[in-house]
Formats: sequence, structure tokens, C-alpha cells
Amino acid sequence: MYKYDSYDHAMVADRIAEFRDQVERRLDGRLTEDQFKPLRLMNGVYLQLHAYMLRVAIPYGTFNSAQMRTLAGIARDYDRGYGHFTTRTNIQYNWPALVDIPDILDRLAAVEMHAIQTSGNCIRNVTADPFAGAAADELEDGRPWAEIVRQWSSFHPEFTFLPRKFKIAVNGAKADRAGIRVHDIGLQIVRNEAGTTGFEVWVGGGQGRTPRLAQLINPFLAPEDLLSYLTACLRVYNQHGRRDNLYKARIKILVEALGAEEYSRQVEDEWAVIRDGELKLPAEEIARIRSFFDQPKAVEPTPVPVTENRAFARWLDRNRRDHAVDGLSSLVISLKPIGGTPGDITDTQMDAVADLAERFGFDEIRATPDQNLILPHVRNEDIEAVWNGLVDAGLAVANAGLATDIVACPGLDYCNLANARSIPIAQAISSLLEEKGLSEKAGDVTIKIDGCINACGHHHVAHIGVLGVDKRGEEFYQITLGGAFGADAAIGSIIGKGLAGEDVPAAIARALETYLDIRADNERFIDTLRRVGSDAFKEAIYADA
Amino acid sequence: MKTVTANRLTDGRVIYRTATGQWSTDLAEAARLDEDQADATLEIASDESHIAVGAYLIDLEDDVPGSHRPGGQKWRREGIRLTGPTTGSTHTQATA
Repeated sequence: MYKYDSYDHAMVADRIAEFRDQVERRLDGRLTEDQFKPLRLMNGVYLQLHAYMLRVAIPYGTFNSAQMRTLAGIARDYDRGYGHFTTRTNIQYNWPALVDIPDILDRLAAVEMHAIQTSGNCIRNVTADPFAGAAADELEDGRPWAEIVRQWSSFHPEFTFLPRKFKIAVNGAKADRAGIRVHDIGLQIVRNEAGTTGFEVWVGGGQGRTPRLAQLINPFLAPEDLLSYLTACLRVYNQHGRRDNLYKARIKILVEALGAEEYSRQVEDEWAVIRDGELKLPAEEIARIRSFFDQPKAVEPTPVPVTENRAFARWLDRNRRDHAVDGLSSLVISLKPIGGTPGDITDTQMDAVADLAERFGFDEIRATPDQNLILPHVRNEDIEAVWNGLVDAGLAVANAGLATDIVACPGLDYCNLANARSIPIAQAISSLLEEKGLSEKAGDVTIKIDGCINACGHHHVAHIGVLGVDKRGEEFYQITLGGAFGADAAIGSIIGKGLAGEDVPAAIARALETYLDIRADNERFIDTLRRVGSDAFKEAIYADA
Repeated sequence: MKTVTANRLTDGRVIYRTATGQWSTDLAEAARLDEDQADATLEIASDESHIAVGAYLIDLEDDVPGSHRPGGQKWRREGIRLTGPTTGSTHTQATA
């Protein structure tokens, strides 16, 4: 993984010193809250319902055991013994005191982490396929490109005050596990007829109040032109984005208003001026960044273990993924215990994952958009030892990709913006589906829950989405069906009026029972839904209403 | 009836304005204010942003004399601010 150079270290240290001074001035009254708020947000510090929240960036979801141990120590020493992994592969602490945050940032800097640009109207943490560099279906590891974008966009003076926040994703596999079509810019690595790799550039996707799928504006961008082309894309947005209306300020609104063709034309005009300038990426710099992301060398191709232990077999079936290298596997660590809080992990569990990554996982860990963790490279002969370690840590939940692998935003239990709770709904759904045995029977189904229309929990792109709304002090939940995250990305459709929170778990259970009744052989939930339409599911969901 | 709430500057914890012009983490100590008192108290409290961030008014239950339970349309939100997340995890309680 990428290692800071002296410039990176100095840049982060300078920012912490600056923020420490800003905190001191806020505490002694020299800064007002109005003056301080934009400064703290630029350092990932929000003020939520109960406390400050610190969001720490995990660039493209990749980190190591030393970093995980530091995250555990922060949870132990400055928070309440846990952290929360988010859909943007960051980690959030829900209870830090403002006075402690500069010291927390010092600890993070010691292991080459920070919280810069995890908030504000700037280019946020770049995300990537969480299996990048390991996936059997990969064309090219997208992380070197994500790192190049990260370096270019960090403290970029021209793009620090955009009309609105800006999210970029890179995917190098055939399957889109980065959500290319629901990002402001999605970069899909492709190979042209000459055998050269480059990028499809997708622009104008996003969720929130106005969900839109990104549109393809460039079918093949040469790698050396990546930064100049992104600059052109951002410049057109920066110039024409709607700064007058918060709800219309994202690039998706601009692309829709101009039309993808006109937006693309303006980008091309801008790009023509700058493409052969200083932003052209030198081959040696691309090679230098790539050198940080070496794949583990080929190992003795030991087969995947076969076991009669039913719990281990079930976990292997759900949580193991094929690796590009024979003899290795990628292992998903579910942070979705039945009835638990999606994405939460305690300090001792973090330490346990760090130990396993160090001993058996080539010292690499990934955070995923599904609020899980991955050990991307594990020798097949070590899988059972990893599983045993996860069992001891309470992390061997065999539900990756199942209906109980629920994504949920923090919702009204934590978030200042939320209208309704998300986590208790996720907990109740998870418990009921497990109790009824539906989770395993239904196979691959995505359920994602949001407590407001900002959609941090990605409900728009769930097979079954749940959106909490407030009606005169009471929580109601709208159900959407047919969303998808990936190459077949789709925005789900609201099927009818909202349900009371206590009715949601049974409604979803009935929808899954309907699927099991009408599916064709080996047909996934989403494929059945697409084949037969939503009427049968809608009838099941409202059967008791 | 209403009272004034905010988040404490140093650590973000939920606090309430008392009848003596202090701030307390205990809603039971909060001043119960009628409409006229509420606006005036909020104005004073808003000038104390070196202690309390983002002061605003919340409703208290009217139908129980002396009640210090959040009321009105935001009762759930303010109830969660008062007692902590409803997720059932021991590590998330507001009083931890």
C-alpha cells in the first residue's frame, strides 16, 4: 500500500498544528461557532445529536494492521470502545470530545492517516473496488489510480470550495463493486482493441434527494490524461454548478440540465487547452505509484479447505471469494451480527482483525461500501486459522451478501440530519429474517436503510430499500424495490405508502417468502423481481396493512 | 412549555438551560418556560456560544404538570438526545 513521503508527512503535520490552534481559539472564545464550523468540517469534525463525530478517511478502503490498531486505540482511549465503518469506507467515532481531537489526529498521523476532506464541498475520499488487487475478475488494480487522484485532489486550491461535495470511484474489475454509476465521477478501467487499458468516464451519478445514474461521457480516456481530464470535468462543474440552491448543487443536476452531450462538449473544450500541459502523468510516476500496490507473490496452490464443520462450511460458502492468485482467497469479515448495529466494531475486535491481518493476511485490510471488512489476501491453508480467530472475536458471521448483511446509515440515533431511525429497523429485520431462516434461503439480496433522503445508507440502489420519514413526529418507512449497485445499477422505485417501523420487518419477510415461492431455478431475488415485476411483492408487503 | 437546549462546546454533550442561567446535562434541572420567557431566554443563551453551541428551543410535555419530558413533534429526536441511541448496545448509551 502507499507510503507517505516527506511531503505527505509535512502536509498532514502542518494541518494538525493549524487545527490545534483553531480548536484552542474556539475554546477561548477568539473564534465564534460560525467561524469555527467550516474549519472543523474540513477536518472531518461534525457536531451530531449527542456529541462531536470524527470521520477518519481510509483511502480507497485500504489499510494495514498498524493503522487498525491505532483506530482501536483511539476507540478505547477517546471514544466508547468502538468505531463505525461507513458506506464510503471511512470510520467514524461518535463520541470524541473536541478538546481531544487534535491529539487523536496526531495519533492518526503517526500511522499515515488523517481526517482531511472527509467533509466539506471538496473532493472526498476516493473509493475503489474493495477486492482491488485481489479479485479474480480484475482487469487492473484501480488503487494506484485512486491514489493518484487522492494526491492530486488533496488540498487542491481550485477544488476546495466546489458547489457541493464531490465523490470519485475507481473500478478495475468486470463486476462493478465500486458503484461507478452512482458517483459524481466513476472511472471504469477498460481495455481497448489495441490491448491498452484506459478509463470509461461516467459523470453525474449520485443518490440523495435526486438519485441519478451517471452517464458515459468518454468511452476511453488514456491513463496519462486522467488528471487533465478530471480537471476539465471539475472546472466545468465549478463554473456552472448551482451554488444558489443546495438541493441542486451536485454535478448530477448540472449534467442533467445541460445534457450529457453538452456537458461533455464543454469538458472537451476545456481539456483541449490543458491536456498537454503539466497534468500529463509521466510514465515513471505511474510506475512509482503502482509499485506501492504489489500483489502477493504466487504461493503453493493449496486448495480451499473442505470441512464437515457446518459453521465453518457455511462461513466459507458465504464469506470466501476467489482470488486472482492460485492458493489465495479473499475473506469477508461481516460487521453485521444478527440483531447488531451494521458497521460497528469494538476496539478488541479491531485488534483481533489487525492480528489476523498481520499473521495471515499480508498485513492488508479493506473496508467495504457494505460496511464490512475484508482480508484480501489469505493463503488457503490459513483460512481455518483465520476463521477460528474470527469466531473467538465474535466476527465469524456467515452472512456476506445475504439479506441480513444490511447496510444502514446512523439515522436518528446519531445524525443531526436524520428524520427517522435506521439502526433499530436494521436490527429488527435482521433478527426476524434469521429467526425465520429466510436469510440463508433467499441467498443474494441487498437491503439498505436510510433515515433521511440524503441516502448515506444507499437505499436507492438496494434490491429492497427502506427510507425513514417523519410525519408529525411519527416514523414511517417507505419501501423501494428494484435498485441495484454495480454494473446493472438501477434506482429503486417506491412501491406505496410508508409503513410503521414495527411493520417493516414482517413486510420484508413476506416479500422474501414471495420470492421463494415464485423464483425460477437459481434465480436471484433481483432477477425474479425484474422478470415478474413488483406487483406480487407489493401485495405481500402490504398484506397486513 | 419549552426549554432551551444546546451542545456543550468542549465535548458536544447535550445540555439544558437552568432557571438560574446555568447549563446542566440533566433535563430535570432545565427551566420550564412559557412562550415569552422562552424567546428571551434563547436570546441570552445564544450569546453563550463559548459554552453552548447551537442553542434552540424544544417543547416539553404540557399535559403532565412539572414534566421534564420532551414533547411536541420532535419528541422522539429530543428523547434520543436525552437518553442516548436506541440501538440497545451498551457502548452507545448517552450516560456511558
